[in-house]
Amino acid sequence: MKCLNKNSMLIILILIIIASFFISMGNGAVKMSPLKIINTLLYERDTSNFQIIWNVRLPRTIVALLVGINLSLAGAILQGVMRNPLASPSIIGVSAGAGLTALIILIIFPNYYFLVPIGAFIGALLATLLIYFLAWNAGIMPTRLILAGVAVSSLFGAGNNALMTFYPDRVSGVISFMVGGLSAINWQDVRMIGPYTLVGVFLLFFLPNELNILTLGDEVAKGLGINVEISRFRFIILASLLAGSAVSVVGLLGFVGLIVPHIARIIIGSDYKYLIPGTLLMGGSMLMIFDTIARTLFSPTEIPVGIIMSILGAPFFLYLLRKRRGSHGTRSKRT
Amino acid sequence: MGLEARELKIGYGEKVAIKNASLKIDYGEIVSIIGPNGSGKSTLIKALSGYLKPKKGEVLLDGCNIKGIGGRDLAKKIAVLPQFKSSPDDISVETLVSYGRHPHLGFGKRLMKEDLDIMEWALEKTGLIDFKDRNILTLSGGEAQRAWIAMALTQKASILMLDEPNTYLDISYQMEVLELVKDLNQSLDLTVVMVLHDLNQAARYSDKIYVLMDGMICKYGKPKNVIQSDLLRDVFRIEADVFEDSVNSCPYFIPNKIV
Repeated sequence: MKCLNKNSMLIILILIIIASFFISMGNGAVKMSPLKIINTLLYERDTSNFQIIWNVRLPRTIVALLVGINLSLAGAILQGVMRNPLASPSIIGVSAGAGLTALIILIIFPNYYFLVPIGAFIGALLATLLIYFLAWNAGIMPTRLILAGVAVSSLFGAGNNALMTFYPDRVSGVISFMVGGLSAINWQDVRMIGPYTLVGVFLLFFLPNELNILTLGDEVAKGLGINVEISRFRFIILASLLAGSAVSVVGLLGFVGLIVPHIARIIIGSDYKYLIPGTLLMGGSMLMIFDTIARTLFSPTEIPVGIIMSILGAPFFLYLLRKRRGSHGTRSKRT
Repeated sequence: MGLEARELKIGYGEKVAIKNASLKIDYGEIVSIIGPNGSGKSTLIKALSGYLKPKKGEVLLDGCNIKGIGGRDLAKKIAVLPQFKSSPDDISVETLVSYGRHPHLGFGKRLMKEDLDIMEWALEKTGLIDFKDRNILTLSGGEAQRAWIAMALTQKASILMLDEPNTYLDISYQMEVLELVKDLNQSLDLTVVMVLHDLNQAARYSDKIYVLMDGMICKYGKPKNVIQSDLLRDVFRIEADVFEDSVNSCPYFIPNKIV
């Protein structure tokens, strides 16, 4: 992989994401070729094919794309800002906050199930702010933030478990949210996530330099004129918005945010100028492909994509990790 | 004109590391800060660079309190290299050096022709022009330190602050770094403020030395007025014979025993 330069790598990733889009659109109960999909979208308005494509597959594919982009970008940002390879959206409380609010709604107020996306989104953001507040002590140390994140997550986790213990009869409706999946997605969900993706992606194309410099450590970053506290806070909130909007719609797909940035780092290096486009292309492709597998493998039964993600993603990640032993990009060197 | 610190008191939380320190650095000088472990050297240089806010006192740059200078404007005047720096292990020397242009870049942070010229110049100046595509990880300790200095040079600041630039370096690399610092000082009129551990090196490469003990400046001046046997005994707890190095016209000493 090293012989390919970074720009050609990005072009390959663009081709892969286009291919992934058509694979996701073309597979299901009715198989369609890319040409057929385009024709249907452009010229057929009343056929059943159009109904399938427009109302079912297109929103679902777009949501998979957006969720993949949001979660993996959030992970890439956090790993840089915290200078820790284990950072992911769950570390800043996104999963815990979204999970607890979703569970409270689904178990205690099941009649208000339609509030789950909004509630989970707010829960994710509030959990991030809570963790940030708890970790603050005349400034933020990444390690304190991570530890506070772990503590708050386990506290919220206890709340989740308590709810499930007290209401065992209502647990079945909750599991799909906890695992994460893309069944019953519609255009409303696209509208829920889309704006954050657009804003996030737009901002991130202007900020790679700042992220790069933050990885050099607080002192160097400050010396180069960056207000480290403000910059870090902005990035954490951006990550929380990106990841929160995604999990509020599809449930707790935590793994994407941890694993995709690392795969991107191994393939394209840790310079954020390339890592950001690389991560978002890879995250989008990966989720579209994995969701296609999730809904077609044991068709008509669907497997939640969160399970597929972990079963296929983890071994692939471990394979890359071992193959490039000793030169993994997130380790830091002191000089 | 230059950098001046007035009655600084600096601490972390309850702990006070610098009780009272005043100093003055003129443009064009190489100034070293020395002192035993825990005397507050790093704390002092962090306050001079604006990284730490003093509890009392002020740091003035050309007469202006640096507290009131915005981060990016300050970065155009003072470049800082802390003792511990981390870098991702897969970036090239050129990429690292380009980060020094950050305070000068406009919205969008694109490197213009001028920025690339300055990077080229800094690589030339530090003797790294042939290394620019090399991965940081593959450099020797001395080369890596030079790469960081090249990054600081592209900031085009008039003052360079170095916190123990020689930590963990072999003796030849230590000289390589200090010779580079000397050369930059003479050819660019760059003002250098550094914390040094090795007293003989401080004696040889500095125009002025400040000695810290227990958070106070106990002596300062030209090397030959500072590196004297009574100071070595009182501050550094060693009995030493001090000689004159006639080649480099500076004092040097040989330690004999611990007092």
